Amino acid sequence: MTARGRLRRELPLYVMLAPAIVLVLVYAYAPMVGIVMAFQRVLPGKGIFGSPWVGLANFQRVLEMPTIFQVVWNTVRIAGLKAIAGVIVPVAVALMLNDVRSRLIKRSVQTIIYLPHFLSWVILAGIVVDILSPSEGVANKALALVGIRPIFFLGDDRVFPWTMVVTDVWKSFGFGTIVYLAALMDIDPTLYEAAMADGATRWQQTRHITLPGIAGTIIMLSTLSLGNILNAGFDQIFNLYGPLVYRTGDIIDTLVYRTGMLDNQFGVATAVGLLKSVVSLLLIGIAYKLAAKWADYRIF
Amino acid sequence: MGSKLFRPPLAQSILNLVVLGLLGLLCLFPILHILALSLSSSTAAGSGRVTIFPVDLTTLSYRFVLDTPAFGKAFLISLQRVLVGTPINMALTVLVAYPLSRSPKAFRARGFFAWFFLITVLFSGGLIPWYMVIRQTGLIDKFWALILPGAVPVLNVILLANAFRNSPAELEEAAVMDGAGHWTILWRILLPLSAPVLATVTLFVAVGHWNSWFDGLILMNSPERYPLQSYLQTIIINPDPRMLTERDLAILKVINNRTTKAAQIFIAMVPILVVYPFLQRYFTAGVKLGAIKG
Repeated sequence: MTARGRLRRELPLYVMLAPAIVLVLVYAYAPMVGIVMAFQRVLPGKGIFGSPWVGLANFQRVLEMPTIFQVVWNTVRIAGLKAIAGVIVPVAVALMLNDVRSRLIKRSVQTIIYLPHFLSWVILAGIVVDILSPSEGVANKALALVGIRPIFFLGDDRVFPWTMVVTDVWKSFGFGTIVYLAALMDIDPTLYEAAMADGATRWQQTRHITLPGIAGTIIMLSTLSLGNILNAGFDQIFNLYGPLVYRTGDIIDTLVYRTGMLDNQFGVATAVGLLKSVVSLLLIGIAYKLAAKWADYRIF
Repeated sequence: MGSKLFRPPLAQSILNLVVLGLLGLLCLFPILHILALSLSSSTAAGSGRVTIFPVDLTTLSYRFVLDTPAFGKAFLISLQRVLVGTPINMALTVLVAYPLSRSPKAFRARGFFAWFFLITVLFSGGLIPWYMVIRQTGLIDKFWALILPGAVPVLNVILLANAFRNSPAELEEAAVMDGAGHWTILWRILLPLSAPVLATVTLFVAVGHWNSWFDGLILMNSPERYPLQSYLQTIIINPDPRMLTERDLAILKVINNRTTKAAQIFIAMVPILVVYPFLQRYFTAGVKLGAIKG
């Protein structure tokens, strides 16, 4: 094919891409250029091109923030706990659902447990705040019946991270279950037949057939969650936290929000965001390498 | 399914069902509780007598919420957002997925553009530069701020490009023999073949628009331009006294704040509950497509 014929053949493809290219350049690539704000003292009204350069001063300010290391630790801790619970609970629920023989029960349970996934954290936080309220929430009313004193699920900084993990599992375990159920369906039934012929107990079957059968999926999803270890769930925490629980509940994204949007320290907030993006990118790279090696995962 | 062959011991089956039942209850109870609260009298809610059935059944809270002009306005903005944003997202998704689903032979720059879009998933400028760019492009306080910055959903593009690539090649080859161009192949062959995937993605995109709240919160300076979820964020989660009118304050003395909050939450859930049966039907397929590439 000649160069011209080729261009003629490919031209419609470029026409299709054009609007998206413009939008992505403006709203995804231009902000990447905007990262230079991390090296500027951003003046209101001057924007990216008029503000003076300050070298690494913003990064120094970040390191001088009294809570910065605590915040990073909070982020990793909450994200890590969520990742662990986010594997164990869906796998356990998928195993239990797989044993249910009544289709009606199975469908009903699935229908119900998927629902919270489709509600926003604003809605869910509204519900959570009401239910966990120390004075009038049903959770503490129920605890009072068995003689337990009210727990400040959202106001006690020792409890708060666990409240985040549990409510996150509540929102997402049903959805996570789908993937593992699919993996369970793919296990070759003749393996179970053979195991039964050999007199394997039920637990032995689970241990030697079922779990190895879904191990690939478990490894893949756990590895990929490594890339998210700096994302502890902004939507959830922003809607549920408060100054009372900053010590254990403040995470990188909420810190960036307050520093940038509320205190107007654009340069410092951009610097924190940049550090986060770079570390996340490295972790995603490692995660994909590991996922490709261990579970043969490819994105394209 | 393997375990059909092996019947678990009765005791274990029962334990299974009990645990699953409790988990189901855990997901269902909070929603029923909110519904019950929203339909109860404020004295009943205040005295803590409401669990999953309304006490002193009344629609007072709903009447108050629906009579609040700001609530209706925010609801309409959200609706507008879904109706405008979803078609735009879908059109761009299709238009990008098609070129990226071509072989490198048919589209030499495919690799370059695949990375061009993928990079935006892996790396971003972060919140502040993103906000500054939107401000520079003059979208602050404009409806389009809710649409344009997220107009190209790259993960959906990848999903759809994979679906295009996995559709049977024979039809496409036959069409090419008949002289069909790219637009014809996309419109007449690939889109009809990918209808289930398109339906799934469309529903997810629409739900995503309905549920978005953060962009509205920071990109709109005036609360009267908030979509519903941003409005609720400021009313329910971070109550801002400046947003209450004198009328609201007077009424709130009569109606319990808790029941009105419950009514607002429930109204915001209704659209999701309406499309939920469809989501249910399609999303198992959708999740498998997204999570485990075949």
